Amino acid sequence: MSTSNKRPIPWGALGPWIALAVTCLFFTVQTERFLSGTNLSLVLQQVMVVGVLAIGQSLIILTAGIDLSCGMVMALSGVVMTKFAIDFGMNPYLATACGLGVAVGFGLLNGLLVTRMKLPPFIVTLGTLNIAFAVTQIYSESQTITDLPEAMTTLGNTFNIGSTEVSLGTVTMLLLYLLAWFVLRETSPGRHLYAVGNNPEAARLTGISVDRVLITVYAMAGLFYGIAAMLSVARTGVGDPNAGQTENLDAITAVVLGGTSLFGGRGLILGSLVGAVIVGVFRNGLTLMGVASVYQTLITGILVILAVAADQMSRKGAR
Amino acid sequence: MKPNTSQPLVMQAKGIVKRYGQVTALDGTDFELRAGEILAVIGDNGAGKSSLIKALSGATVPDEGELLLDGKPVHFKSPIDARKAGIETVYQDLAVAPAMSIAENLFLGRELLKPGLMGQWLKLLDKKEMLKQAISRMNDLKVGIRSMTQAVETLSGGQRQCVAVARAAAFAQHVVIMDEPTAALGVKEGNMVLELIRRVRDKGLPVILISHNMPHVFEVADRIHIQRLGRRAAVVNPKTISMSDTVAVMTGAKTVDELPLEALA
Repeated sequence: MSTSNKRPIPWGALGPWIALAVTCLFFTVQTERFLSGTNLSLVLQQVMVVGVLAIGQSLIILTAGIDLSCGMVMALSGVVMTKFAIDFGMNPYLATACGLGVAVGFGLLNGLLVTRMKLPPFIVTLGTLNIAFAVTQIYSESQTITDLPEAMTTLGNTFNIGSTEVSLGTVTMLLLYLLAWFVLRETSPGRHLYAVGNNPEAARLTGISVDRVLITVYAMAGLFYGIAAMLSVARTGVGDPNAGQTENLDAITAVVLGGTSLFGGRGLILGSLVGAVIVGVFRNGLTLMGVASVYQTLITGILVILAVAADQMSRKGAR
Repeated sequence: MKPNTSQPLVMQAKGIVKRYGQVTALDGTDFELRAGEILAVIGDNGAGKSSLIKALSGATVPDEGELLLDGKPVHFKSPIDARKAGIETVYQDLAVAPAMSIAENLFLGRELLKPGLMGQWLKLLDKKEMLKQAISRMNDLKVGIRSMTQAVETLSGGQRQCVAVARAAAFAQHVVIMDEPTAALGVKEGNMVLELIRRVRDKGLPVILISHNMPHVFEVADRIHIQRLGRRAAVVNPKTISMSDTVAVMTGAKTVDELPLEALA
């Protein structure tokens, strides 16, 4: 009764890095402007919103769920925090907290519908996607909120490392990734999340409260969307009711490109960061090449299908 | 010839009744598990075998009757209650998380945390200690799997079941219940699990083994509880009864009175 110690090559962990390297190589060859300090720091700044959305999305996908509402919840959260600050003259920190609260509330709603009503996450979040979008448009009257207090744009400020500009938002994103990585890897709630995604029945039988794990995950994901809203507001300097429309699919693409399985229980959070950078590099590189944004969306759509297909095939290979 | 009937009763059920609507699954069944034995529970489909096991493992709450653990009455409202009382159950459908490591599976839901505030507040895992204990527990049971950090999905079905059995044996204080642990396995793998079940008993934990597989039952069981029509039809001694007589009682072709006295246990 011995087992061969040969372990399968961890394509799940290596794949995203290879994809990133190939993508970078491609754009370096295609346009000379791609590989410069200024451009790469721009990519990182563009990535921060999708990157933080992808953390929340990863947590949900790891439980074998999906959240189609992430970008719209972010937009609503951003509109709430900016409008509260402008319309009510609320303290910007308090207004931001209200925006975060709305995002957590939507996460909680998703989580409760998934666990208590036993509805599939796809349908639940398709519903909340539309609800959040509509509420955002109604509440903001489709108007961009401007003249924000300085405190709300601080995270968009940059500092220099050598000649490269780094924004506080990018640093925030990296810290959040480190935190998520640590919690998932080193704490019991982190392991329970993987167990629930892997085999919910087995998790339940060992005494893990599957519903509580799921509700917590959806609410936490909401918090990350709220933080993404803070970053988006800080970066653009406005409360934009049309934010999050490309970021919605981009965040899912980032997670899948990062090697996290849509079937749950497998994946590394840092892979999602790599996936978010891949998406950012694609958008940036294609822009530099002069490709219109509608084609970028086309390519992102193809990318996500390819990544899911790769996941499916590696799953078959593992059996 | 009677096997260890002098041993103390570990688990006892008296007059358990369980009805599902019009159907009476358990019609006042009795049950006795003694210390240090493997008690097989067999019965035809609909005999109330699985209802009995569900009542013992806390998966259902019986309508009537009494359940005693070490002579004290217990009331299980959920499998978690039974587990807290020291009863672990191994399910046939391999209740493991395939992408997680063996060590992680052994401690799933019962992770060891770092001592002090780090563990209490931050819920930091004590991975080193879990790995150490996983290795020693698997060695105790002579489960020859080399690396505790490999994913369970890299194991064969039999090895996975061994992980599930080892987990139950490691945490059970009183009783291990195994529901068809060899049903999904091939011959060789099944034998591997049977061997492990014996070792669990030899370590002093009584085992309740539910199985359809007569050769397996006769190979490892010390006593056999035959369930029929929602009641206990007989408890027999596998060393003194033939397999065909056992099946005859199970199907109702023979009654207990027709069995030779030494066949009973």
